Amino acid sequence: MSDTINVTLEVWRQPGAKAQGRFERYEMNGVSTHASFLEMLDGLNEKLINEGKEPIAFEHDCREGICGSCGFVINGQAHGPDRGTTVCQLHMRRFKSGTHLVLEPWRAKAFPVVRDLMVDRTSFDKIQAAGGYNGVNVGNAPDANAILVGKEAAGEAFDAAACIGCGACVAACKNASAMLFTSAKVGHFAMLPQGQPERYRRVARMFDEMEAQGFGACSWTQECEAACPKGISVKWISRGKRDYLKAKLVKDSGQSSDDGFAG
Amino acid sequence: MVLDSKTPTGPLETRWTSHKGHIQLIGPINKRKYHVIVVGTGLAGASAASTLAELGYRVTVVTFHDSPRRAHSVAAQGGINAAKNYQNDGDSVFRLFYDTIKGGDFRARESNVYRLAEVSANIIDQAVAQGVPFAREYGGTLANRTFGGVLVSRTFYARGQTGQQLLYGAVAGLMRQVDTGQVKLLPFKDMLDVITVDGEARGIVMRDLLDGKIEALTGDAVVLATGGYSNAFFLSTNAMKSNVTATWRAHKKGAFFANPCFTQIHPTCIPVHGDLQSKLTLMSESLRNDGRVWVPRKKDDKRAPNDIPDADRYYYLEEKYPTFGNMVPRDVASRNAKYVCDQGMGVGASGYAVYLDFRDAIARLGRQAISAKYGNLFEMYEKIAGEDPYKVPMRIYPAPHYTMGGLWVDYDLMSNMPGLFVLGEANFSDHGANRLGASALMQGLADGYFVIPYTIGPYLSARGPGKGITNDHPEAKKAVQDAVDKTKRLLSLNGKRSVDSFHRAVGMKMLDKCGMSRSAAGLTETIAFIREQRAEFWENVSIIPKDGDTANQELEKAHRVADFLEFNELMCQDALARNESCGGHFREEYQTPEGEAQRDDENYCHVAAWEHRGVGEAPTLHKEPLTFEAVKLSQRSYK
Ligand SMILES: Cc1cc2nc3c(=O)[nH]c(=O)nc-3n(C[C@H](O)[C@H](O)[C@H](O)COP(=O)(O)OP(=O)(O)OC[C@H]3O[C@@H](n4cnc5c(N)ncnc54)[C@H](O)[C@@H]3O)c2cc1C
Ligand code: FES
Repeated sequence: MSDTINVTLEVWRQPGAKAQGRFERYEMNGVSTHASFLEMLDGLNEKLINEGKEPIAFEHDCREGICGSCGFVINGQAHGPDRGTTVCQLHMRRFKSGTHLVLEPWRAKAFPVVRDLMVDRTSFDKIQAAGGYNGVNVGNAPDANAILVGKEAAGEAFDAAACIGCGACVAACKNASAMLFTSAKVGHFAMLPQGQPERYRRVARMFDEMEAQGFGACSWTQECEAACPKGISVKWISRGKRDYLKAKLVKDSGQSSDDGFAG
Repeated sequence: MVLDSKTPTGPLETRWTSHKGHIQLIGPINKRKYHVIVVGTGLAGASAASTLAELGYRVTVVTFHDSPRRAHSVAAQGGINAAKNYQNDGDSVFRLFYDTIKGGDFRARESNVYRLAEVSANIIDQAVAQGVPFAREYGGTLANRTFGGVLVSRTFYARGQTGQQLLYGAVAGLMRQVDTGQVKLLPFKDMLDVITVDGEARGIVMRDLLDGKIEALTGDAVVLATGGYSNAFFLSTNAMKSNVTATWRAHKKGAFFANPCFTQIHPTCIPVHGDLQSKLTLMSESLRNDGRVWVPRKKDDKRAPNDIPDADRYYYLEEKYPTFGNMVPRDVASRNAKYVCDQGMGVGASGYAVYLDFRDAIARLGRQAISAKYGNLFEMYEKIAGEDPYKVPMRIYPAPHYTMGGLWVDYDLMSNMPGLFVLGEANFSDHGANRLGASALMQGLADGYFVIPYTIGPYLSARGPGKGITNDHPEAKKAVQDAVDKTKRLLSLNGKRSVDSFHRAVGMKMLDKCGMSRSAAGLTETIAFIREQRAEFWENVSIIPKDGDTANQELEKAHRVADFLEFNELMCQDALARNESCGGHFREEYQTPEGEAQRDDENYCHVAAWEHRGVGEAPTLHKEPLTFEAVKLSQRSYK
């Protein structure tokens, strides 16, 4: 195996949110196969700067697959070809020399492009601020072992809570729905005894906020699960939808949803 | 000036309770008259902001990230300590306190560390109530694991993603306050300066990262929770955007910087692969339980590791430290890796790596047992390094990881600049010269949930409500103008070198001369090099695009790197002034005949707090003596 490869990149360049975008072509030769995908882009940017040209803007921070900052589409796939891998954890040894790579930002109404491959995902936090928490003040908590949680339930709650909020689910969905993100948040709390008191109020508010933020509806194509770098399952969507229905039914019948289903 | 740590007196165990009991309270109706600015949404910032808001203060939270959930705390893996004694193995507040003080090589304040141990248990309660999915036993109780350097099982964890889950808990609490309107959240804002009036903190200057607008944010107090500065070394395990700007700018305005040379280099990280390397990835220290560390005895031995017979292998930790072997503490393991590589025995393409070999453990325990213990780590290694560690030894090398130094704070977590509070990794407080594993998460949350909500009160109530300034105040306008001018100056430079190239050049030099091992000659040489690069930066850096009014990542970086180019000099000065070796600070001139760190308690048992005198000017040193009543100072030995 040769230690370096050549790749051709076609990158979406857009100088600002309102500006017109277009693809620009770059050749990167002699890229070390040990480099990560983002390091390859660093190399390209260094080259562009040295030529007096504008570097490509892309989001990133931890480069360990945990902060959820990075993310763009490579040849039609959110975060690129490797399953369960953020683009910062993708490595160049994955590609053959001569590969042609098309890089585009997440495309969704609720994620406006900021510049090039970088989008604004603050709409996710609007969803979380609509009840995505347990309402407990500091000083109120009982001893941690006073609330028993089975190993399996804790593990399942963790699976949902592992969502890093990168937005790949939205990018992969033809409706640009944020159903997987929202349901994972809802599902994490719904799995735990501590999350029960606000369970139905939470799901009702978060789902409604998701719509208000301009995300599309879920039509169950499950592309989101395939694109998710953390392997979040679509089962959370079915559970979330069920809870949402309950919450709405109770509300329509005039009862308080919290009282009706707590426990 | 005399540094007053405002440490309470009396028996160690009652100091915090009695201090809290005597704090001037602010009535609930009056709390809303105070506006507190919190910078940073990591564990420290998010927990502080939500708790202050719960109490009724009006809070504005600022972060350069698009979302509070991205703060670097998210990357912490191993766990969080707490003196719960759930395992019934004899843990106690005193034991946690003692381990932390000793781990820090006796360079931290007893009172602070005791308080930290005391509130540690409450952190776990709070996190569980928020829904943090910690690991559990089948019976439903919380699980614990053991961490480096201690004899009890007190570490709580959520798989290998403890920081992520604790942060999401704290951020959920924060978003709840955003929901109620008590917290105003300002993402995409880079803090560029502190606004001071008569030496007191009155606000900050921030730049919007989307439209470039630079403006003031004023309030009654400023809380910095902006994390550590490991990226001073360019390559570190920290996130790419972690930086020193907030604390450095506060320092330039008068806040003292304490122990900047106390940095931690973690021994087990995936080594540098080449010129494009942008950061380093941590591999859990637990691997050293079964992996054996070695290098070829012969210099430049190019044979494949599995072709090198035992006789030609140098198991240097086992040979030098027969008692502790591969399990010596972080600083010792790191330093020895550097020694063998400096002598030309290092492996891999760069020659800066050592082997961590599981061959013998696999032969002894079987592949399955090893995979059950370390499966996910082996996978992560293979993803990054592209080699199967079941078949070929891992290659590892130490990497900058954590910074114990930070802005000086008193017992109330207030800096010497009145109105400026500093929490989490950004302050210097609790870890002395070396931090124990799983105690940074504990400190960040202790500061935010349980300390600052009480200790901010006395300052605010003494000033009284409604004393804040407006954005029209001359000092606010001047600070904004300074930031605007500096930004313009950066954009006007038409140089040839990228921002990264300066960061890399200076960082790599720091790593070499001010990293695991330091000497007066090396430090002096480095200071000269930093000055040279700094001067060149301000003439020859190239920032493209040239627009200041759109998202401009090169400009963001330029502001940060400009500050590293000043701060790094202070780090070297501090290392040069501390003529002893302690914890992570190893001065080659001060070692025992066996090559171990030699502390000098007579002359250096103090906190070194530096006062800024201008860029390139010699800073002034203020010493806060450390006194020990509950513990006895002792020399560490691992032979
Ligand atoms: C890979 C890794 C693993 C670790 N594992 C563990 C572990 O297992 N256990 C443990 O106890 N510790 C661990 N640590 C250490 C621990 O994670 C950190 O010390 C801790 O999380 C720091 O928290 P913080 O709140 O102080 O700062 P951070 O989480 O770094 O947050 C800083 C915040 O400040 C903001 N900010 C900074 N500067 C500015 C500015 N100028 N303007 C606006 N906003 C700004 C950032 O946006 C961010 O929100 C680990 C560290 C690393 C690197
Ligand atoms: S940069 Fe953090 S997940 Fe990719």
